[in-house]
Amino acid sequence: MSKYFQPEIETMPVEEIKALQSEKLVKQVKRVYENVEYYRNLMDEKGVTPDDIKSIDDLHKLPFLTKSDLRDAYPYGLLGTDLKNCVRIHSTSGTTGKRVVAYYTQNDIDLWEDCCARAIVAAGGTNEDVCQVAYGYGLFTGGFGLNGGSQKVGCLTLPMSSGNTERQIQFMQDLHSTIICCTPSYAAYIGETLKEMGLTPDDIDLKAGIFGAEPWTEEMRRDIEKSLGIKAYDIYGLTESTGPGVAFECEEQTGMHINEDHFLAEIIDPETGEVLPEGSKGELVFTNLDKEGFPLLRYRTRDICILSRKKCSCGRTLIKMAKPMGRSDDMLIIRGVNVFPSQIETVLLQEGYSPNYLIEVDRANNVDTLDISIELNPDQFSDTVKELSAKEKALANAIKTMLGINPKVHLVAPKSITRSEGKAVRVIDKRKLHD
Amino acid sequence: MSVKQISVFVENKKGGLYEVTSVLNKANVDIRALSIADTTDYGILRLIVSDYKKALEALKTEGIIASVTDVLGIEVSDTPGGFSEAVKILSDADIAVEYAYAFITRHEGAACVIIRVEDNAKAANILGKAGISLIEADKAFN
Ligand SMILES: [Zn+2]
Repeated sequence: MSKYFQPEIETMPVEEIKALQSEKLVKQVKRVYENVEYYRNLMDEKGVTPDDIKSIDDLHKLPFLTKSDLRDAYPYGLLGTDLKNCVRIHSTSGTTGKRVVAYYTQNDIDLWEDCCARAIVAAGGTNEDVCQVAYGYGLFTGGFGLNGGSQKVGCLTLPMSSGNTERQIQFMQDLHSTIICCTPSYAAYIGETLKEMGLTPDDIDLKAGIFGAEPWTEEMRRDIEKSLGIKAYDIYGLTESTGPGVAFECEEQTGMHINEDHFLAEIIDPETGEVLPEGSKGELVFTNLDKEGFPLLRYRTRDICILSRKKCSCGRTLIKMAKPMGRSDDMLIIRGVNVFPSQIETVLLQEGYSPNYLIEVDRANNVDTLDISIELNPDQFSDTVKELSAKEKALANAIKTMLGINPKVHLVAPKSITRSEGKAVRVIDKRKLHD
Repeated sequence: MSVKQISVFVENKKGGLYEVTSVLNKANVDIRALSIADTTDYGILRLIVSDYKKALEALKTEGIIASVTDVLGIEVSDTPGGFSEAVKILSDADIAVEYAYAFITRHEGAACVIIRVEDNAKAANILGKAGISLIEADKAFN
């Protein structure tokens, strides 16, 4: 099998990709203007007509969509086609306000599964692999997306969903799973459970993992690779755009190739909305070029990242996005300083602590407080208070060096921080209660 | 020469201490002596038990952080100033006592003080020369 799932697209010369994007964009804008009243109103307000969009160079003329537009338009306001043409919905977890519901036609699902298949092939998957999908199945896009991609590649697909970790490992052993797809925090948890069961990576046949749906660091990648004996690949996506597979990592592990034939990416200044040149750090914006059910134009992801056209050793010509450095909405402003939870995680892993932590931000006497609880590793324990408090202080200093603000560090017992088997809750901002 | 102490990480939350004692109870391990050092976040529970290996295994199985620390048991006579004398000898030899706590052994009704120092061998040697006897491990356990 080829090292690419769709080589004609994945290795297409850049100029041809751009021409293809322009052609698709012109058609998509016309279709959206005709079918989506909500977006038509936005365009009318801005004084833009479909005729103004002649190529991707005109993209900046279009209005943005944000998560609040999606909430306002709930449930049918951004539907791109007649409901009778749609065959499925997916939905975001709705942790912040009203949920977002996205619609898919059969064609949308086919193209989405192609994207996931590209990711699996890039991770070394072939029709001889056994692919264990331990993302949640249901409204969440993870399970169904990778499941579809895995079947397109021809892998024997195990639709495990998340949870029941010992059973996951049992199947892994009995059916010789070679690829696992799940959230990185769940992968880390599977690694811990494997160890607890007295097993080592040699007792399983996994060779690759495809992990996404939440932020994770390079250190966490190395930990997971070691604990499961695999190469860990990042995958990026969001329900609003389609789900996992918007971008995927190749063996170079230096960023994710965006499936540009379906998703047109831009980086903008999150404050002004101005488009920034390639290589700038800013907010990632996606335009769906093919989506029929839920075609979003210039959707602001809130993910902060960088795009690069640097030549990749894998041979793919698709533009690459760096791992998001945080979210413009998850970003905490503590004592006036921008703090991304991923920065704290990086320090913890560098200092040899577990990536299980809880950040609590509060306000006392009009001053923000930052408390970080971290699970102590057994090998860091000491029988004297002197040594343990020295460890707490060293950690607080390392975090202060990274963030520029002083945290209060609390060492807690292993597994005392609530761990979900899906997305990990890492931040509690209590300041909102006072406002 | 030295006595095995079990050191346990206990979070300062309701039931934290009970969790440890109930694990030991279930494992049929008797607690001979204990002391707790606590901070606002956590405590370090130090225990002398009837079977430290069994205790350690039971605690680890429950996912509780515990380790074995070598400490010295000093037999203290009934004469006044017995313990004070031992501390002075160590202090004169520049040996810092990290912590200390007392317990009663079952034999002869003698009192015993557990001390934690950096270098057990050095401390034992100096105390021995001064005629202070150290409690044997098996006496501490029974
Ligand atoms: Zn590549």
